[in-house]
Amino acid sequence: MMLTAIRYFYVLRPVWAVLLALFAGSGLILIAGVSPITAYAELFKGAFLDYWGLAGTLVKTSPILLAGLAVILPLRAGLLNIGAEGQIYMGGLFSAMAALLLPAMPPLILVPICVLAGALGGGLWGMIPGYLKAYHGMNEVILTILLNFIAINIVSYVAGGPMMQEGAPYPYSEEIRQELWLPWIMDGTDAHAGVVVGLALAMVMYFVLKYSTIGFALDTIGKNATAARYAGVPVRPYIVWVMFAAGALGGLAGTFEVLGLKYRLYHHFSPGYGFDGIVVAFLATVNPLVAPIAAFFLSGLKAGALVMQRAVGLESTVIEAIQGLVIIFVAASLGFKFNATRWSLFLQRRRKLDAEVGDTFATFRKGEE
Amino acid sequence: MDFLLDPQALSDFLSTSLRLSIPIIFAAVGGVISERSGVFNIALEGCLLGGAFGAAVGAYVTGTPFGGLFLGLAVASLAGLILAALAVGLAINQLVAGIAINILMIGLTSYLARLILGADATETLPGFAPLTIPLLSSIPVLGQVLFTQDLLTYLMYLLVPLTWWVMYKTPWGLNLRAIGDYPVAADSAGISVSRVRLIAVLISCAMAGLGGCYLVLSQVFVFTEHMSAGKGFIALAALILGRWNPVGALLACLFFGMSDALQLRLQFGSPDVPYQLFSMVPFIASFLALVLFAGKVRPPAAIGIKYVRGGK
Repeated sequence: MMLTAIRYFYVLRPVWAVLLALFAGSGLILIAGVSPITAYAELFKGAFLDYWGLAGTLVKTSPILLAGLAVILPLRAGLLNIGAEGQIYMGGLFSAMAALLLPAMPPLILVPICVLAGALGGGLWGMIPGYLKAYHGMNEVILTILLNFIAINIVSYVAGGPMMQEGAPYPYSEEIRQELWLPWIMDGTDAHAGVVVGLALAMVMYFVLKYSTIGFALDTIGKNATAARYAGVPVRPYIVWVMFAAGALGGLAGTFEVLGLKYRLYHHFSPGYGFDGIVVAFLATVNPLVAPIAAFFLSGLKAGALVMQRAVGLESTVIEAIQGLVIIFVAASLGFKFNATRWSLFLQRRRKLDAEVGDTFATFRKGEE
Repeated sequence: MDFLLDPQALSDFLSTSLRLSIPIIFAAVGGVISERSGVFNIALEGCLLGGAFGAAVGAYVTGTPFGGLFLGLAVASLAGLILAALAVGLAINQLVAGIAINILMIGLTSYLARLILGADATETLPGFAPLTIPLLSSIPVLGQVLFTQDLLTYLMYLLVPLTWWVMYKTPWGLNLRAIGDYPVAADSAGISVSRVRLIAVLISCAMAGLGGCYLVLSQVFVFTEHMSAGKGFIALAALILGRWNPVGALLACLFFGMSDALQLRLQFGSPDVPYQLFSMVPFIASFLALVLFAGKVRPPAAIGIKYVRGGK
């Protein structure tokens, strides 16, 4: 009984870590001379409790959730995908090119083509480090980081060069025609269908990882690639394709930013959503079913930050600092693993002690009588 | 490429290359120390940024570049302490710990910089002036490139050979390399794995911090948000290319510095081409260099693997 309670306490340790981080963050708010309670109240009210605020949060949830899934999937096989940011950019680029350059077609055909083009762009960008990892043993972390910078610059170049709208004050492309825009999910707001797709993909990923041989193969590769190879898992193709799939998820995040929110290809259109995906993956303890909650929370922090800045005059960058604290605390909390034997020994010893103390009490009372 | 033939233009070009490579040299050589002890230091980027932030605030508050140098080293060492606590102390995945520090540093420095430097953020900070070394600086071309630099550059000239000497010629360096390759054996020989790793990570981050100090105190004299701009990651590529050897890392960084100087030259030479086409050159150079030349290198055997005493 007690052991199960302690186990749950351990399972929830990212939650405790987040609370601790918010508490530590109140120190940062205090040094700016603002009351942390007012600031946090404004932040959460602005992010979750108000129609417009909630819509703003959902707008950010779409890319952050998809980027989170792009990190979680390869992590099951032990691959750290830091390249979601670059994959977002390539997804945005490919979908914008499809939307702006393909000949007119009925939207029912063209929209799926644009979405698939975005997924393909991100997927190919993810496949490069996947291939180099699988067949040349190179470190995927450093490769994906470098590819991020390259992708960001490619998009800046395209949006500021070949595809730039004439007379635009800074790099962005022509507007995509309205019939290709994603549908909205909340009237009169920017909240678009991207978040719904993200949610559906999170579910699909959960079931695929839990119940299919793909999930089993990925987990085996993650635990011991040599053992997986002996068990007949084609490890190298798996690495290439899992990185393709991850890249495609990142690409979708970029696609929905372009088709659902911005309607143009802007340079620097992602303010680091790919890196937020890493935070989501660890907040969710690599579980796709928890990822939507983690992404929603993180988006709320970001969306609420602007409301808070307007309300109490606190620099919204404080949220970036607090987000950093959140990931440090969550990372640290993962270091405390639940050790069943140690805890049950501890409980046993306590029970014994309780019994003995109870006995002495009993004898003591008897003496009193 | 005709500028390579004119001595003055050549020395200007080499000088720019050197200046652009110095922050990554500090970070990469620092990274070598930590990675040879078996700890991935992906937090180099955050340490560079922290060093730059500390340098700016220190120089702003005290009015001297030495105050900046001191605070820059302190902030970067603090980041190192967190990395050591997470990756060595709590045995958390080293990459995760490093990413966490990078994210924390980006947020913390931009927030605190607005708070502390505020409206003065664009004001020029006191920095290190170039010092010309007599005699040596009169060597044609190279003298002007190498010996009319500032204090931090001369410090780099000392630190790289010193790091090489400590790593390959001292008992502590032998311990460090042993731990990076086979911590179990090192532990049974009585070397404290966690202590050596802690020291290695601290030195590593402090050195990356020096790179950040250089950015602010010798190069641009202001702090801007996220001014490290991926230099820490290029340093990581450089140390792989340099095969986890301080001298190799130095050479790789000089190569990246040169490609950066070249792209700047191209940028100014062709103003009608969008500059982003050129600003990706250093990253493409790093990527291609890694793919083409670093395919068969052998990293320290125990890198990235946490060491728990009595664990498997």
